[in-house]
Amino acid sequence: MHPAPSVIVFTTLSGLGFGLLTWLGIGMPDVSGWVAFVFFAIAYALAVGGLLASTFHLGHPERAIKAFSQWRSSWLSREGVVSVAALLVMGLYALGRVFLDQNWAPIGWLGAALSLATVYCTSMIYAQLATVPRWKTILTPALFLSIAVGGGALLAGERDFAVILLPVAAVFQIIWWTRGDLAFEQSGSTLASATGLGEPGQVRAFEPPHTGTNYLLREFVFQVGRKHAIKLRIIAFVLGFALPVLLVLAPFAHALFAVAAICHLIGIAASRWLFFAEAEHVVGLYYGKR
Amino acid sequence: MTTLPETTQRKLGLVIDLDTCVGCHACVVSCKGWNTENYGAPLSDQNPYGGDPSGTFLNRVHSYEVQPEEGAAQLIHFPKSCLHCEDAPCVTVCPTGASYKRIEDGIVLVNESDCIGCGLCAWACPYGARELDAAEGVMKKCTLCVDRIYNENLPEEDRMPACVRTCPAGARHFGDFADPESNVSKLTAERGGMDLMPELNTKPVNKYLPPRPKDEMDQIDVLAPFLAPVAEEPKGFIGWLDKALEKI
Repeated sequence: MHPAPSVIVFTTLSGLGFGLLTWLGIGMPDVSGWVAFVFFAIAYALAVGGLLASTFHLGHPERAIKAFSQWRSSWLSREGVVSVAALLVMGLYALGRVFLDQNWAPIGWLGAALSLATVYCTSMIYAQLATVPRWKTILTPALFLSIAVGGGALLAGERDFAVILLPVAAVFQIIWWTRGDLAFEQSGSTLASATGLGEPGQVRAFEPPHTGTNYLLREFVFQVGRKHAIKLRIIAFVLGFALPVLLVLAPFAHALFAVAAICHLIGIAASRWLFFAEAEHVVGLYYGKR
Repeated sequence: MTTLPETTQRKLGLVIDLDTCVGCHACVVSCKGWNTENYGAPLSDQNPYGGDPSGTFLNRVHSYEVQPEEGAAQLIHFPKSCLHCEDAPCVTVCPTGASYKRIEDGIVLVNESDCIGCGLCAWACPYGARELDAAEGVMKKCTLCVDRIYNENLPEEDRMPACVRTCPAGARHFGDFADPESNVSKLTAERGGMDLMPELNTKPVNKYLPPRPKDEMDQIDVLAPFLAPVAEEPKGFIGWLDKALEKI
């Protein structure tokens, strides 16, 4: 799949932002006034920035409002509805925290649940697609949620939780990569099943329908990044999970939280780039490509 | 709503005969022509006469080589367009309701004024049947020429999809799969019409007829064994050359 910058920025930033909002919603850290304002400002900047980035690749962003209508069937629509609900509820909760020194706990819990639900909906946009075997697994939401909660704990300054949850996310990441490498073969889709021509003999793509490229090849058959996949996985693993945990466990850890958070963000961006660049769509079979 | 209908009254679709298709791409051209000049946004081209041409097509013809265990390889031309699946994954993923499957005839369409061009439906389609038009920013797909098949301004023989009307080999057939007596249902039953990527459970309406096995030529003629054998030994100049080269 083509790793469009808008979707990488979207899933990385909004995942982290809603992860932080989850922690703020359950009152961790227990802050108010200016300190709360800074925490909420960071969370909103990430969450809203990510959501805005996701509209950049649309053909008609001016019609984006229509995307709230099909929540009954579409995960993308659900994601839009739930994210706006999460932002509104958490906005109310933030008002209490920042200006009135109030902890409206039920609203906070509701906002936290909606924030997690937003990340789940984001992950299901990809996990629902049978056409991309690498994504079509319950491990995809597990990965997105564990990264959001772990990264959120890091940003919230909840060290005790971050040093447990980030390694958990790292384990999900490794399992997800390992399963993903075999997913296409195990999906059962081949050029023979795609064309129905496997019965008489061995099928080979002889000639594509056109001499140039097209939308399908640009969008679904992206092979450039795969040759650096191992290096990028190491970068994603070290920056996204290992280094942040080591940094926050170090002495003078408080000053290093910002560095840890930036490392984490870069690492997760690398992971998300691979999420798209390594994903193979079954339509590539028709072109004799993957 | 982009939920799928439980059933459709009719199931309009195509039968594509892989045995008959000669790979002339006439269906591609007529499709591009009709769907650029008529319903919806035109099918644009980018840099059509330049070094890197590309454009939107609703129908494309691939060619595959099938190599049996024994005997000669066979070349099969393979037109591919929207299969108007009964369980169309492209419809349910649409966030705006622009994509829908019609209850009356099962045609899968895009309401272009509702499409935000997010591309998710093309991601959900296993067959590459949907292409985002680069000029218009909306999703384009086969409409089964919905503006021809019911169009009473056209002569009756033209009220079928442009690709079917134009196919010089008669490799494309249009009809109602819900009617067991229709031409397409009969062809599918007789020739073993097949689904593409059945493992994805999309239940395509369009069916593909597999190529028939090629004739085997065991003998050229019953009298062939009695004919004089072709000279094995070269004679004349070639014979001399053969001997001379042997000696070197």
